[in-house]
Amino acid sequence: MTTVQAPSTRSAGAVLGLVAGRTAAYAGVCVLVVFFALPLLWLVLTPFSPTPSYRATLSGFTLDNFDNLLSNPQTWPSIRNSLYLATGSSVLVITLAALAAYALSRVRIPGRDQLLYALLLLSSIVTGTAAMVPIFLMLFQLGLIDRQVGVVLVLSGGLLPAAVFMLKDFVDSIPRSYEESARVFGASPSQILRHIVLPVIRPGMATVGVWALVQVWGNFLVPYVLLSNPSKQPAAVVMYTFYDAGGQPNFALISTFALVYSIPVVVLYLFVNRRYGFAFQGGIKG
Amino acid sequence: MATTSQAADVRPAPAGTPGPAPSGQRAPTPRHDGDVVGLGRARAVAFVAPAMVLVAVFLVFPAAWTLYLGLLDYSLTGSGAKAPTFVGLGNYTAALSDPAFAKSLYLTLLFVGGSAVLGQNVLGFFLAWYFRTASRVARTTLNVLVLLAWILPGSVVAFLWQALLDRRNGTLNALLGTTDMAWAIDHPMAVIIIFNIWRGTAFSMLLYTAALGTVPRSHLEVARMAGAGSWQQLRDVVLPTVKRHILTNTLLITLWTFNDFSPYLLTGGGPNNESEILPVYIYKEAIIGGHLGYGSAISLLLLIANLVIAVLYIRLLRTRDSEAA
Amino acid sequence: MASVTLTELAKQYPNGVRGVDGVDLEIGDGEFFALLGPSGCGKTTLLRTLAGLETATEGRIDIGDRDVTTVPPGERDVAMVFQDYALFPHMTVSDNVAYPLRIQKVGKDERSRRALETARGLSLGALMERRPAQLSGGQQQRVALARAIACHPQVFLFDEPLSNLDARLRLEARTFLKQLQRSLGVTTVFVTHDQAEALAMADRMAVMDSGRIRQVGTPREVFQRPANTFVANFIGATPMNLLDAQVVRGQLDFGGFTLPVPESATGVAEGDKVVYGVRPEYMGCAAGPVDGAVRGEVRAVENLGVNVLVTVDAGEQSLRAVVPEADEPDLGDTAYLSPAPGRVLLYRADGDGELISA
Repeated sequence: MTTVQAPSTRSAGAVLGLVAGRTAAYAGVCVLVVFFALPLLWLVLTPFSPTPSYRATLSGFTLDNFDNLLSNPQTWPSIRNSLYLATGSSVLVITLAALAAYALSRVRIPGRDQLLYALLLLSSIVTGTAAMVPIFLMLFQLGLIDRQVGVVLVLSGGLLPAAVFMLKDFVDSIPRSYEESARVFGASPSQILRHIVLPVIRPGMATVGVWALVQVWGNFLVPYVLLSNPSKQPAAVVMYTFYDAGGQPNFALISTFALVYSIPVVVLYLFVNRRYGFAFQGGIKG
Repeated sequence: MATTSQAADVRPAPAGTPGPAPSGQRAPTPRHDGDVVGLGRARAVAFVAPAMVLVAVFLVFPAAWTLYLGLLDYSLTGSGAKAPTFVGLGNYTAALSDPAFAKSLYLTLLFVGGSAVLGQNVLGFFLAWYFRTASRVARTTLNVLVLLAWILPGSVVAFLWQALLDRRNGTLNALLGTTDMAWAIDHPMAVIIIFNIWRGTAFSMLLYTAALGTVPRSHLEVARMAGAGSWQQLRDVVLPTVKRHILTNTLLITLWTFNDFSPYLLTGGGPNNESEILPVYIYKEAIIGGHLGYGSAISLLLLIANLVIAVLYIRLLRTRDSEAA
Repeated sequence: MASVTLTELAKQYPNGVRGVDGVDLEIGDGEFFALLGPSGCGKTTLLRTLAGLETATEGRIDIGDRDVTTVPPGERDVAMVFQDYALFPHMTVSDNVAYPLRIQKVGKDERSRRALETARGLSLGALMERRPAQLSGGQQQRVALARAIACHPQVFLFDEPLSNLDARLRLEARTFLKQLQRSLGVTTVFVTHDQAEALAMADRMAVMDSGRIRQVGTPREVFQRPANTFVANFIGATPMNLLDAQVVRGQLDFGGFTLPVPESATGVAEGDKVVYGVRPEYMGCAAGPVDGAVRGEVRAVENLGVNVLVTVDAGEQSLRAVVPEADEPDLGDTAYLSPAPGRVLLYRADGDGELISA
């Protein structure tokens, strides 16, 4: 909404103040744009730069760096691994979370809210570094070390409390009259779930699914600890090894890899945003 | 959406409205039996069970184990490795009297207060406020940039900032004309605070955009007709309406930032432990130093700090609700 | 066929609140029956208990000759239209209307055909492929009705069917619904808080308060002879005059003026405290003195269109009369009010405020 300036006699001082204020605002916005854009520049410039280095420069355009990427034996396997881990976790999380969120939303279970809060807090320990050792030891006992399934399970366990929280919030906002109406027409609970509820919560599930996917896509610690075979490592870990190797990092490789590694996430976010919006971010109904 | 890189940080969404608002004008007649769709207790349990099993095995159990470790002197090296003994609260007393822990706690509070409570909150709000009257170009540009900072994977973001801040060849030094300025070494806390603001503002921005959308236009217009200027409208109309969302947002970003490990990638906790916030401190003690028992105990202390904040928030939220009723 | 009988029906919540408190009701087959009352009176709870969405804690429900008290909602052979219509947003109008048939396992082609037929009967034929979000309020309501009709239930249950419509549309919808119900001949129970709506549409109605039924009757009965002060106050576009009085020496003393005890109210004793009820529409208002009239001063004059609502202060009480526009008095004028004989009702001042009659 625009504020309309009331036409009135204004003193010169007031006008000056207004102009100064406006200029300050514009300047502030420019500063912000620069602030947020600056680190990102490297990502869009360096992959195409003939002299890739730490500095982001506009020194020409080339696609040669991508040869580096394509010829690296780790590139595609790591992206594939990331895809596998991310989609696997995402699917597992939305399926289990949707069922749980629906039940928790519609049936009053005493202590439900406290349980969810408790689980949320607990999940912050588990994702901390100290818990990595118990997780390692436990998966070792289960024979799931160096198995990607193990990583999926651990990550899903960590993401579920928040996913249930978000989805439950979403389901809460769906009028119960839909389900009641179907029930009076004789639909069984399973029919209600399939015909009515799931189609209606699709936007919520998409949002949570994308959120989970992005979390796993960027997750470094869990696959790093639980997978020993480099061919199973996802892109998050592989990229880190590219630049952690003492000496001079291979800029051509790192920049192109970073770009390729980042694109799916950005595309996915844009897609879901366009389609469904993020209207329920933070529990505020859009 | 990923805020930090390393850990699979969980993004808890804030609680939805706490049940039907009591009207206070007439006796509240509950309209629902607690199960209007006929799900039935048995089926409800069956629906919740798979999620709960997964959570119990892969979250609760390791978490409990970690907490238990805090009571041992379990180590990867030294006497605690072969036969860890039960030391009860020994780890905790050690931690509370350890100056390194106290310093780390202080740094963490500084980090959280500066980058989250102040930085992300204020900037996110400012952006949301600005967007209402901004031109389409400005709004879209800023929106995209701020969001990109948030959703890019942590490994990538860490490297982008390394590239930016590099001493010899970094972009920042090139732009400012300062050569050989080791930002991460000279001003580690400032660097990680600014980094965290950059990284996480998007969430606050999104939340406040939605929150500001709930402010009824009529309220603002009443204020304007009474002669209130922009700042006064903000103070008298907007802030009271969105107070609840401010609390929610502050809680979430506080909790996330408390547990954020990614500053490690920029400063390594140094130099000289000058930017060693608690997550980094735990990492150094537990993984690098091998003192798992001690590290786990500190994890619990960190959790308790989170719990205190969460409880505070719920209290504040309840008073808001009862005020509003 | 499908009458509905409720016997000592009660619904008590775990916290002790009795949403429905001992209701006995008989609704005849094919009747258009209204449940009327203020917010929180239990009418919607009663409707939902009828539907099976709430389980009764005491009593019995019979639909037709079947005891359905413990029968799950999908098997009671009723159809319910909700206040927000509950049209499934992801389905087309055709799928929405056909949904009950789908549950009844009717084949795809058959149910599309029947849905179309039903929809055509409500002038929805051209909208079959639209989504609910693309329909107007009135159209949405008709789709919800079509869906309820399509499953050929024994009873229709409507929860505030008109409250989501614009005021203008509401009047048209009233007539439409009444005619529809008459042509379908299906027993219908509908809930409303709007007394004018209930009076206009219902064959018979029940006025409810705090979970109990205060009166059952035809609209005319409820309007002309409210059984107690609650109903008297609730029914009528203009509130009924309810004046406190005491029986003194065979007359009614209003503390400032007196009026005779109405003939119909035998059984009042000397000293009884009563409430004197007469509708403003049945209160004559004259500018000049009339035998036995109450004299007072005009305090307010409200335009009602063809008539005017006049408020007159007499003694400590305020009386209201509806006056044709031609006789509109001015503020401050003296007015003489005479209640029409035979239109006066006397109520007890204590207890439930029951009607005192012969």
